[in-house]
Order: sequence, then structure tokens, then C-alpha cells
Amino acid sequence: MSAKEILEWAAILLILLGSIISVISALGLIRLPDVYTRSHAASKSSTLAVLVSLLGAFIYFWFHDGYVSIRLVLGIIFVFITAPVAGHLICRAAYRARVPLAKGSGDDELKPILFAGESLQVADKEVEEDKKFE
Amino acid sequence: MKETILLIALTLFMVAIAILLYRVIAGPTLPDRAIALDTIGVNLISAIAIISIMLQTKAFLEAILILGILSFIGTIAFSKFIERGVIVERKGDS
Repeated sequence: MSAKEILEWAAILLILLGSIISVISALGLIRLPDVYTRSHAASKSSTLAVLVSLLGAFIYFWFHDGYVSIRLVLGIIFVFITAPVAGHLICRAAYRARVPLAKGSGDDELKPILFAGESLQVADKEVEEDKKFE
Repeated sequence: MKETILLIALTLFMVAIAILLYRVIAGPTLPDRAIALDTIGVNLISAIAIISIMLQTKAFLEAILILGILSFIGTIAFSKFIERGVIVERKGDS
């Protein structure tokens, strides 16, 4: 077995590892109780799965065809930069849209700062919030 | 043998997408659905990489970049819609 063969096998095993991590992340997205914990499963482990499998594809094309794909490197860098940003933005929007926390959560220290003097009556408070933005 | 392992990996990605599709349909709130859609886009990227290896072609590698960019922009638009209620804000319109 030559070195090229071994590296191709390593690339394919990396892809298999990525797919297993992806299934685990999807199971986490099903099992966890609320949005904020689900975003852990969605942003961290899913990003790792994609990074590992794209790295496997990059190594495979490198050693099988002798082709260094700049587009795959750009894809890896792009996913690595944007996936945490997207997870953070969705969580921020969910908190500001008053999605409730799960039952067993600990202290919520942001709530008295952000929603000071409000009870969770959503309807007319949101109108005031909109006026404040404008 | 390599083909079989690649096929297994592709099947596992499709299983993950099917599980996420359950979360898109049954998710209790809108941010749940947005998170699941973002993860589906990210999984499709790696599925395209595997298909591109199996078909021995480099033609699909642009699709990886395009899909990554579209998934990111879609998630940004969703989060802005959830937070503000509008996607594009115009000045002097209100």
C-alpha cells in the first residue's frame, strides 16, 4: 500500500467521522429542551462535522488527482467564520423575541437589564418596543 | 470498498437531514426552525462534497461556496426578521 493509498483512506475515514458527528448533532437538536441549548448542538458540533468532511474531500482531491482546490479551502474558511456568527445572531434574536428558557435553567441575569419593569405580557409591550426602535 | 464507505457517509448525512427536517416541521418556535434550516444547509454542503468525490468530478465545488453563502444570508435575514419584524428597513418610511 503506497503512501498515496494510505492518505486517500485517511481522507475517506475523515469523511465518515464527519458524517457520524453530523448524526450526533442532529440527535442533539432533537433531544435538547429549548432554543438556547439546541443552538449548541446546531452551531458547534455541526460546524465540526462539516469542517472534518470538507477537509477529507480536500485531502482526497489533493492526493488522488493532484489537484489543490482553492474553492474547498475557501468553503472551509467561510463555514468556519460564518456558522458561529449565525448561531449567535439567532440566539440573540430568540432572546429578544422573548422565547422562554427551559424549565431547569439557572439564573437569568439579562432579563432585569433588558426587559426592566416589564412583565411578560407580550402584546402591547412589543408595540412600545417598536416605537423605541424608531 | 471506498465507494461503500462514501455511500454510508452520504446515507448518514441524509439521515441527519431527515432528523433536522422533523425539527423544521415540529419546532415549537420560529428560531428553532431557523436553526434547523441553517444546519440543513451546512449538511448539504458536505453531502455535495461527498457526491463530488463519488462522481470523480470537480464541477460541484463552486456549489459548495454558493450554498454556504446562501445559507448564511438566509439565517441573517431570518434572525433580523425575528428580532425586528422586518427584513429591509427603509428610512423615512414609517
